[in-house]
This record gives sequence, C-alpha cells and structure tokens, in this order.
Amino acid sequence: MIFKKHLIALVSLVSLSLITCEVYALSTAEQTGLDISIESKKRDIGWQDSTADMLMLLRNREGQESVREMKIKSLEVQDDGDKSLTIFNKPRDVKGTAFLSFSHPVAADDQWLFLPALKRVKRISSRNKSGPFMGSEFAFEDLSSFEVEKYTYKYLVDERINQLDNYKLEQYPVDENSGYTRRVVWLDKAEYRVQKIDFYDRKNALLKTLTFRNYQQYLGKHWRAANQAMINHQTGKSTELVWSNYVFKTGLKDSDFNRNSLKRAR
Amino acid sequence: MYLLVNKGQLMAISLAASISLLQGESYANEVEVSGKISVEQRYFFEKPLQSSQLTYGQTSLALEPEFYWQWNDANDSLTFKPFYRLDSQDNQRNHGDIRELAYVHTSDEWELRLGIRKEFWGVTEFQHLVDVINQTDGAEDFDGEDKLGQQMINLSLVNDWGIVDIFLLPGFRERTFSGEDGRLRIPFIVDEHNVNYESSAGQQHLDVAFRWVHSKGDFDLGAYWFHGTNRDPILTSSKSSAVNKNQLGLENTVKLQQYYNQMDQLGVEVLATLGDWLWKFESIYRNTKLEGFWATQAGFEYSFIGVFSSDLDFGLIMEHGWDSRGEVTLAEVGSPLQNDIFIGARLEFNDLQSSNTLMGIGSDLDHNAFTLIIEASSRIGDDFIASFDLRLLQSNEENDLLYNLSHDDHLQLSLVWYF
Repeated sequence: MIFKKHLIALVSLVSLSLITCEVYALSTAEQTGLDISIESKKRDIGWQDSTADMLMLLRNREGQESVREMKIKSLEVQDDGDKSLTIFNKPRDVKGTAFLSFSHPVAADDQWLFLPALKRVKRISSRNKSGPFMGSEFAFEDLSSFEVEKYTYKYLVDERINQLDNYKLEQYPVDENSGYTRRVVWLDKAEYRVQKIDFYDRKNALLKTLTFRNYQQYLGKHWRAANQAMINHQTGKSTELVWSNYVFKTGLKDSDFNRNSLKRAR
Repeated sequence: MYLLVNKGQLMAISLAASISLLQGESYANEVEVSGKISVEQRYFFEKPLQSSQLTYGQTSLALEPEFYWQWNDANDSLTFKPFYRLDSQDNQRNHGDIRELAYVHTSDEWELRLGIRKEFWGVTEFQHLVDVINQTDGAEDFDGEDKLGQQMINLSLVNDWGIVDIFLLPGFRERTFSGEDGRLRIPFIVDEHNVNYESSAGQQHLDVAFRWVHSKGDFDLGAYWFHGTNRDPILTSSKSSAVNKNQLGLENTVKLQQYYNQMDQLGVEVLATLGDWLWKFESIYRNTKLEGFWATQAGFEYSFIGVFSSDLDFGLIMEHGWDSRGEVTLAEVGSPLQNDIFIGARLEFNDLQSSNTLMGIGSDLDHNAFTLIIEASSRIGDDFIASFDLRLLQSNEENDLLYNLSHDDHLQLSLVWYF
C-alpha cells in the first residue's frame, strides 16, 4: 500500500517536473526577450504614485480634430497590477466622469465608470480591453499598466531607431481577449524605454504604430514620454497623447482608489 | 411657478453657507463654474385622451449650472447645482429645484456629506427598484429617471470589507406630477395641496438608511435597510370631489390626494462581471402598515466589442421585473411591473462625436401592454449634444397604467449646450 502511494507520488512528481520543464524550456530568443522585459519593468520600480494631465488629440481620416482632456492618478502596487483613476475634463459633456481601473498581471482588469449626471457607478465588462478608449485609437489595453506576465516574448534583433540603439522584440499577449496577436516593441539599450510599438490585429495584419517622444526623467530614475503618437494604418485615423505636470510620490494611498474617491473625483 | 424650497432645504442651505464662510480668507479659491442649458421639443402624434391636455407640441428650456469650490487640498468642497425648467404648455413643468447644495469633507477612512444631494443605488437598466433616497421629479418625465435633491447628513466609512454609509434624511420631498395641461399623466390631476402622511411628523419625519457596498473580484455587492417615508404616494380621490366622480376617460375635475405612508425596506444588489457578461440582480422587501411585498429586477448585459471588425460596440440587455403583489388595477396599490420583460440593444460608435443609440422594448407578460423607446445622441462641435428620443406606448387594457399614456406616443428632440 505504502509503496503504491509512493509510486503514485513519484510518478506525479516526475510528470509535474516534465510539464514545468516544458514551460520553462525557453529558446535563447525567448529567454533574451523575457530578460529585457523584466529589466525594463525593474528599472521603473519604486515610483510609488503619480499624477499627470493628459491631452488627447483625436484626428479622423478627413483631418477633423477633437480634444479630450483628463487627469490621471496612478498608484504602484507591488505583486499586482497598478491602480489608476482617470478624471475627464473635456469634452464638457463628460466633465466629472471618472474611470477607476485595477489592472492585474494575468486576470482581467477591474474597471468602474462614474457617471456624474446620474450619480451612478457602473462596472465595465472586462472584455472591453480591445475596445477603443474614448473614441481614440488607443484601446483600453494600450493604456493599462505594463506587467511582465501579460506577454510571452521573443527577442528579434538589434535595431537603430530614434537615433538610439534598440532591442527589437516580439510580445505575444497571454489573454485571449486581447485585440492583438502580437506586438513588436523597440526598447532603447541605454535606458530600456519603449521607443516604438507595432500592433498586429487578430488576423496578424499591421494595425497600429505607437511612437514615444520627448522622454523626461523624474526623481532621477523614472522615464516618462511627454508625447505618444498612435497611427491606425487600416483606417488612417490617429491619436496623440500630450502629457504634462507629472508629479511623483504625491502621497496617494489605496484609499484614493475606491468607489468613494471615484464619485468625488474632480 | 414655484421654487421647491422647504424648511429642511433652508436649513441645509444655511448650514452649507456657514461652512463656506468658515473656510476663511486664507483660502481665496476660485469658484469653478460649469453646467448645461438645454432646449427640448416634444411632438405628440395623437390627440390627447383628456381635452384639457396639450395637443401636439411642447417646447421647454432648462438651466442647470454648477458652482464648485474646493479648499484644503480638495479635502473640503462645496457644490451648488440649481435647476430650473420653463415649459410652453404645462404649468407644473415650470419648476425649479436645488439638485445639489452640499459640503463634503474627505478623510482617509471616512467622508462626511452635508446638504442637498443625489444618491443613486442599483445595477439594472430598465427599472431602479433599490434606488430609494431621492424622490422622483415626475413633472420632468414619466420614466422616473429624474430625481429631486434630498437633504441629508451622510457619513461614509471605508473599511477593508466594504464601504458603510449612514444616512440621516431630514425633510421629505413630495413627488412632482404633470399638470392638467400636461401629457404623460394619469387621467386625474394630483392635488399638490392635499397631501397626508402616516407619520404625525409629516414632511419633517427623520428617515434613516444604512448601506453596505463592496467589490470583491468579479462581484459588486450592496445591501441596505431604509426606514422612513415611502417615496411612492398612494393616490386616492379626495372625499369632497368623489361626489362628482365621473367615469374614467370622460371629462372630470376629480383631484387625487397624496398619502405617504411609513415603510421599512431591505434592498440587495448584485453585479457579476463574468467575461463578456454582466449579470444583474436587484431585490427589495418593503413593509408598510398596508402590506409587505417582494420585488425583483434581474437580467444580463452581453457586450460584443468591435462588431464586423469595426469600432462599433454592441450591447444586448435583457431584464425581467417581478412583484409579489401580482397584477393590479388602477385603483389598487401595486406595481405595473409585476411580470414584465425588457430587451435593449445599445450601439456605441466610438467616433469623434461619441455617437450612440439605445433601443428598448418593454412588454407586460400578463396582459397586452408594450413600450418601445429609441434614443440616439451625438456631439456637435465641442460643446453641444443633440439627441433624438422616440417613445411608443401601447396598451389595450383600460385598467393598465400604461393605457393612460397610450395616446402619448411622442418624439423628443433636444439640444444641450455644456459650458
């Protein structure tokens, strides 16, 4: 009896280690891709919290322009995705509307929207990650915090863009609800900052390109791009984000990211 | 024309005003002004059921500015949001209200809110069963979505296991109704001067409510207990006029008196976010001297993101309303939504203009009554929203509440300027 039990345990242990071996048997390119991404995340750890103003310039194919103005408060969460509170100021009809998001490395993000006219807090379906944010070319998932576990990786080649030496790698979303099959990402070798991302849609056709410009360093450590330009190659539409008034370590706490703070956000 | 201000509101105003004075000169913060002005045109397709009612067109203008002050690093704030509507036809729709006049103090683990405010509870779309704090502004519209400001003292306590809200609600607001000239009303006029209460304190009864809300993973949960004046009046023909009572549908001058009883109400709400599905459940148990009953509204919303490989989001909503009192006639106290099904389709275009449409169908499964609404809105320029609302109301049952609205099919066009 005892022998049988041990045998079962041994067999399951062996099969378990075989499975784990398979999971972790990364090719050199995959390992390099993962290492670069871990390093990139590691270099930004410790920012604690931040507030910033964001201007969103939306342009359609006909050149019509529309502006959205918002304030974003973010909180760094150790061992989980970050929390953020986005407060809309323009267009004026959505003034006071606020969006609360708890992002998670693998599980779907928790998201709530506060509608000031109705005084109503609404939960948003987690499936909406591939949907456009405020009619822009940014999907919800493009604005969610970067977590290593969200992708699997493959290092491709070294490439020089934006007058910088870059690592070029591929990221494959783990979540099947993602709107992408893969993202091709350029990270500069000196500071591990994202310089450019190509997004490939579910049919693996090039959908969008996002370029980061005017990086500024805060607290001598954390790099943030003041400009992010997204171009949709399939529709000709584009969205530019202009960031300003970045402040770090403002003392935001967990209690600044709940249902009450969502309702009173200005 | 009258501005709805009562004793309780005056108290709230002076309280809020004295707090704003307390902030002192050292914080010379600027007031933030925003708001909206809207023009609305209703067009009714049929002649009215009552000859006193307006015939086809109804134009109105509404103002709702908002003044906001904050100081002490936004831990203290004061909001003032008055409202006024001018209507071309319905005198009762010429009305004003203080939607908000409130002081809010925020601390890490608690928040104190004093003054006139609006508080919404619930998760469903077609009926708001558990939403109980604010009285319905029935003169505004027949759908019950518009609410009057409620004076309150609200302490909100944030815990790891959820947020607990304690409400003291001094001063009751009577429901507003369409006037004699107005459409979208029951055949009798509700007398705003003939109002009775079960409580000897009348309008001054101090209502209380305790609520707990919590988000845990994919679930948003809420539960509350409310004790106080029932927001739904019992309407009965007044004794003096009952003598002249005519048959339903004929010309009459019978006025209805309002009676507000006391109630205890338990409410629960559950929202489960499971992938593409939002499952929604609301239920109440209400106990009054007259009766005790259960009611629920439950259903789901399913979202298709990016249909036909476009930017379009499509949402399908289905809900069912149930009330333990079952079918009721006009003369009885009850709910018209005792066994009703609702189907809705929402389309978001995700364009520069934030265009969207909503189509909703409501149908009573016990008898022939049917409503159809189609709403569409889009932004024009940066600061205007134009909207189109079509509402078709059908019922063959004379006893059905909806029958009284069956000649009131209408189209509503509105333009709102946000500043």
